[in-house]
Amino acid sequence: MKKFRKTMKRFWPLYLMFIPGAVFLFINSYIPMFGIQIAFRQYNARDGIYGSPWCGLSNFEFLFRTKDAFVMVRNTLLYNMVFIVLGTVLAVAVAIILNEIRNKKAKQLYQTVILIPFLISMVIVSYLAFAFLSSNNGYINNSLLKALGREPIDWYNSPKYWPFILVVINIWKGLGYNMILYYATICGIDGTLYEAAVVDGATRWQRICHVTLPGLKSTIIILTLMALGGIFRSDFGLFYQVPQNSGPLISVTQTIDTYVYRGLMQTNNIGMSSAAGVYQSVVGFILVVSANLAVRKFDSDSSLF
Amino acid sequence: MVEKGRGFQIFGHILMGTLLICALAPFILLIMSSLTDEQTLITNGYSFFPAKFSTYAYDYLLRKSGSVLRGYGISVVVTTIGTVCNLLITTLYAYPLSRKELPGRNIFAFYLFFTMLFSGGLVPSYLMWTQTFHIRNTIFALLIPNLLMSAFNVIMMRTYFTANIPDAVVEAARVDGANEFKILFRIVLPMALPIIATISLLVGLAYWNDWMNGLYYVNDDKMFSIQVLLMNIQRDLDQLRQQAQQGGNVNTADLPSTSVRMALTVMGVLPIMIIYPFMQKYFVKGIAIGAVKG
Repeated sequence: MKKFRKTMKRFWPLYLMFIPGAVFLFINSYIPMFGIQIAFRQYNARDGIYGSPWCGLSNFEFLFRTKDAFVMVRNTLLYNMVFIVLGTVLAVAVAIILNEIRNKKAKQLYQTVILIPFLISMVIVSYLAFAFLSSNNGYINNSLLKALGREPIDWYNSPKYWPFILVVINIWKGLGYNMILYYATICGIDGTLYEAAVVDGATRWQRICHVTLPGLKSTIIILTLMALGGIFRSDFGLFYQVPQNSGPLISVTQTIDTYVYRGLMQTNNIGMSSAAGVYQSVVGFILVVSANLAVRKFDSDSSLF
Repeated sequence: MVEKGRGFQIFGHILMGTLLICALAPFILLIMSSLTDEQTLITNGYSFFPAKFSTYAYDYLLRKSGSVLRGYGISVVVTTIGTVCNLLITTLYAYPLSRKELPGRNIFAFYLFFTMLFSGGLVPSYLMWTQTFHIRNTIFALLIPNLLMSAFNVIMMRTYFTANIPDAVVEAARVDGANEFKILFRIVLPMALPIIATISLLVGLAYWNDWMNGLYYVNDDKMFSIQVLLMNIQRDLDQLRQQAQQGGNVNTADLPSTSVRMALTVMGVLPIMIIYPFMQKYFVKGIAIGAVKG
């Protein structure tokens, strides 16, 4: 007790500093964590989250009996896997090529411009996509396909094109960001290694394979593991706003996040929506913790805990 | 060898130049169509080289559309207040975490980390904000949920403090009789300006670009920020299109025309495009720090 008082006397201002952040985290993050019990209740607005009657796992049973459950999980996982693989390969390739360019000003310009798409919101992206894809006056239908003598395509009603479109948009928006992550690592590689390689008569290709890529290895592994930890989450804006909530596209644009939103706001199916949300939180938690354990095993400085 | 080197340089420039064009092309199409005559836009579609230019869309936005100026005002206010509050809360949480001699700091660190690992999800959050705190259609809806503090930024700042503020400096100030708040604001913060600049930019960008809080918690058009306004225009168009497909009568008269929508989109990205070239260094630094220490 005496020790406690002594500690407080010396450190109370530092503890005081934690308060605003701690209160925010409590409200914004911790109260909703207790609120996940809603998925195990038969929600009605009058009794609220904590008063509605319990219903066991029936919300989950209903959810997994629908075809939606399979579709949204499949879409979330497959899109994320393609984003991770393609995104990493392209970002690493571009970072290596950027590093090999000698003109410093050009290097700076490329880096600056390629990051621009990362800075804009998904709402703006959806307007940009619409300028290309609009069936009446979009650039692709009106200028490209017409010039090629092809029939216009009704993009927002044709699901088969959307896996491709969404991958392109995701890469377009994220390439600059991912490239900088790898480029920063390349810049940190010990320059004497390159000098030694040149003295030994290594070609450019050999330098890339034996100095640059090994130098990038740990960053690639760590970022990929972290991304795998988030494989159950999706960018709501990309899958809801960019396809403009178009009904015919749902089979290829529904992810867990869009399902939860639609259940809550549009179809008013709070039971199944919250069950999907809890499913995402729990599996997501297991994945993030495993990813961090794997990262820690690999490089303890880079893991969260 | 020299010849071979030059060949690679040319290849590199062609490749990076292509990527540069790909990154910029959509923005050029956007700006061009916002400057295209409305009738030309309807007959010829969006084009990089419009047949007929017009500044009608911008005249319209400046003169007639009060909602755009209002949306701009709300975006500016929310971004400014939000960034200042966020930075204050982030700094206040990060600084004590960086003080190694503070008993129990690991508990506060875990309390922070855990929010990055597990979340209650949208449904409980939505019900809490709307039914317990009644933030629907208030300025707080755009300021507080998910945006007021990011655990990621706190960790970034704590790491910077740990690496760049020597314990001896803090100890010396304490011996001189400065209290902890004075040490933080007079001594530590002036030494941490680069990280403050970086985090302010990332936070400011998050506030300016946010439309999700608007989607969840705002349906009164008096409270629309510019992004929320854009999102709602698109949503109205989606609904009209669905009605049209079901053979209903569609009235598009109340909605802004194509070129006006494009001009509005330009307005939505303009502040970012103006600030970005000057602050590019800090953005890149912020991203690179985030990679090294997630």
